[in-house]
Amino acid sequence: MCGIAGLIHRNGSGNIGQEMTQMLQSLKHRGPDSTGYAIYGTPGRNEFVMRFKVAEQEDMAKGFDIQDEVKRRRAKVEERLATLGVQIIDKDDVTDYAFRYRIQYDGDMKKLADYVEDVEGTEILSMGNALELIKDLGDAARVAQQYDLRKFKGTHGIGHTRMATESDVDIRSAHPYWAYPYNDIAVVHNGQLTNYWMMRREFERRGHRFMSNCDSELLAVYTAYNLEHGATLEESLRQSIQDIDGVFTYLVSTKDSLGMAKDTMAAKPMVLYESDDLVALASEEVAIRAVIPHEIDTWDPYDEEVRVWRA
Amino acid sequence: MAGLTTTKQAHVSHDLGMHTEALRGKTQQRFFDVTQEVGGYGYPDALDVDFNKRAELDCEKLDTKQINSQLRDLMKRGYGTIVLQNPGSKHSIAVGILNRLNLYIEGSCGYFALGLLDGPNVKVKGRVGWACGENMLSGTILIEKNAGSQFGAALRGGDIVCKGSVGARTGIDQKGGNIIVGGDTGSFTGFMMQRGRMVICGNAGKNLGDSMYDGTIYLGGEARSLGVDAVPGEITDLDREWLTRKLKMYGLYPKKGIGHFKKIVAGKQLWNYDNLEPGEKKLVL
Repeated sequence: MCGIAGLIHRNGSGNIGQEMTQMLQSLKHRGPDSTGYAIYGTPGRNEFVMRFKVAEQEDMAKGFDIQDEVKRRRAKVEERLATLGVQIIDKDDVTDYAFRYRIQYDGDMKKLADYVEDVEGTEILSMGNALELIKDLGDAARVAQQYDLRKFKGTHGIGHTRMATESDVDIRSAHPYWAYPYNDIAVVHNGQLTNYWMMRREFERRGHRFMSNCDSELLAVYTAYNLEHGATLEESLRQSIQDIDGVFTYLVSTKDSLGMAKDTMAAKPMVLYESDDLVALASEEVAIRAVIPHEIDTWDPYDEEVRVWRA
Repeated sequence: MAGLTTTKQAHVSHDLGMHTEALRGKTQQRFFDVTQEVGGYGYPDALDVDFNKRAELDCEKLDTKQINSQLRDLMKRGYGTIVLQNPGSKHSIAVGILNRLNLYIEGSCGYFALGLLDGPNVKVKGRVGWACGENMLSGTILIEKNAGSQFGAALRGGDIVCKGSVGARTGIDQKGGNIIVGGDTGSFTGFMMQRGRMVICGNAGKNLGDSMYDGTIYLGGEARSLGVDAVPGEITDLDREWLTRKLKMYGLYPKKGIGHFKKIVAGKQLWNYDNLEPGEKKLVL
C-alpha cells in the first residue's frame, strides 16, 4: 500500500523534521516496514551533505567480523574521497552503518558517486547542498529518534512509509530515492510501475545505475535523466504520465520546490491542502491533520494532475 | 424469449427473498422488493431510538473501533440524535448503522466513512475521504465540503450529496439511489452504473458513464469525454421536475436554473441486453 507525504513552507523555515515525523507516523498503517525522509535545511556555502551507508541494518547482526568490515569499508570510502580531492569538513556517525559527511567538492558528481559506491556494500543515500535523505527500517518515530530528526529545521520535505510488496525489506529498497547523480533531488512513490523492467533496461543501457530492485527507483532515475536533458521539473512530471505505465502518485522534491504527479487512472490516493503559508499533501488526510489540527479545506487532485510549488 | 415472463435463479440470495427477477426481453432486476418481504426493511436487531434524545461524543482521543463501539452503545440506550465532535479524519467512522438516526459529524472523516448504512440521516460538516457511503441502502448523507474518490460506490438506495467536488470513480457500480455533487467529479464517474440517478452540477472528468448498464446521469457542466456506451439522452419534464425538487432540497439549485443540464444514459450496445443468459437459454431449450 505505502504512504507518501510532503510539506512545504512558503515563507521561510519550519520544524520540518518534527512535522514530517508526525505526518509519517500517522501513515504507519499504510506501511510499517521502513520510513524515509528527504528534508531540506539551510543550504551550506560551497559545501554538500553526503549521507551514505556501508551496510544494511540487518547486516549488523551477521557474524563477529561485521564491525571490522564496516570500518574497513568506511576507510575505503574516505580514501577514495581523498583521491578525488574531496575535503571532509566534518563527520557524523549517525548509526553503526550510516554516516553523514559535510564535504567540499567541485568536481564531477557522477564520478564521485560511482567511485564511492564501488566500495562493497556502499550506497550514497543523498548528496545535496540542502537535502538530507534519511531512511531506515521501522516506523517514523523509530527512525526520527535513531537519526535525531525532530530538531531539524527546514523549508520543505517529502517522506514515505513503506509496505514492501515486490522487493526486500531493507534500506536500499526504502524510499525516498535520491535522483543520482543530481544534487538535492529526491522521489517518493505510491503505486506499481508495470513497465519497470523494460524502462530499467533502457536506462541501464544509457549508463544509469540502479541500486535496488524496487520499481520506484525508476522514477528517480527517470527524473534525473529528464532534468539532465533540459526538462523542467513540471515538464518531467507531465511527461512521466505518458511514459510510465501502471498506477502511481509520486512526489519529487528539489532544492527549492516540491512537485506531484498522478497517473491517468487516479488509482492512488492523494489529499491536498494549500494555503499562502503552507502546502501539505499526503496519501490520507489524517496525515495532514497531524500537523494542522483545525478545520481546513482539502481535496483530491484529479487524474493526470501535475503540480509544482516553490518554497 | 416466449413464455419467459418470470423466473427464479437457484441462488442463496433468491431463496432468502432478496431478489425477484422478472425477464421481459431485457434483464430487469429488482432488488429488495418490499412487497415480497415480511415486515419491510426492518432488521430483527434494529435499534429503536428517540430523535429527541441527544448525545455528543468527542472522538479526539478515540480510535475508529472505540468511536463506532460508543456510537452503537448510545443508540442502544435510545439516543436518536448524536453529534460526533473532532473526528480528525479517522477512517471507517459510523459504518453499518441499520436503524433510523440523526447523525451530525462536526469535522472531516477519512476513508470508508458511513459505509453500509440503512436508515440514518447524516450531515458531515467537513470533508470525507475515499469510498464514503459505500453500499448505502437507505437514508441520506450530506457532505458540506469535498469528497474523495469512489463517492457513493455501489449505492443501492437513499441520497448521498456532496456540496463540493469529489474524486474519481464517483458512483462506481451504482445500483440505485441518488448521488448529487455540487461541484466537479473526476474520471470514470458512473463506471458500470446499473441503476439510480446521479447529478453533477459542475464538470466531469474523462470517460463519464463508462460501461454503464442503466441508470441516468444529469450533467450541469462539461465532461472531458463520455465513456464507452454512454450516450446523450433526452431530458423530459419528469427529469426537470425531479432535478428541481432534489437540487432545491439540498440547496444546490443553480441561480441560472437547470435548463443547461444534459442527460447521459446507457446506449445499451455494450452488454448482451437482448440475448439470454446461459441459464435462461437452458430453460428455453
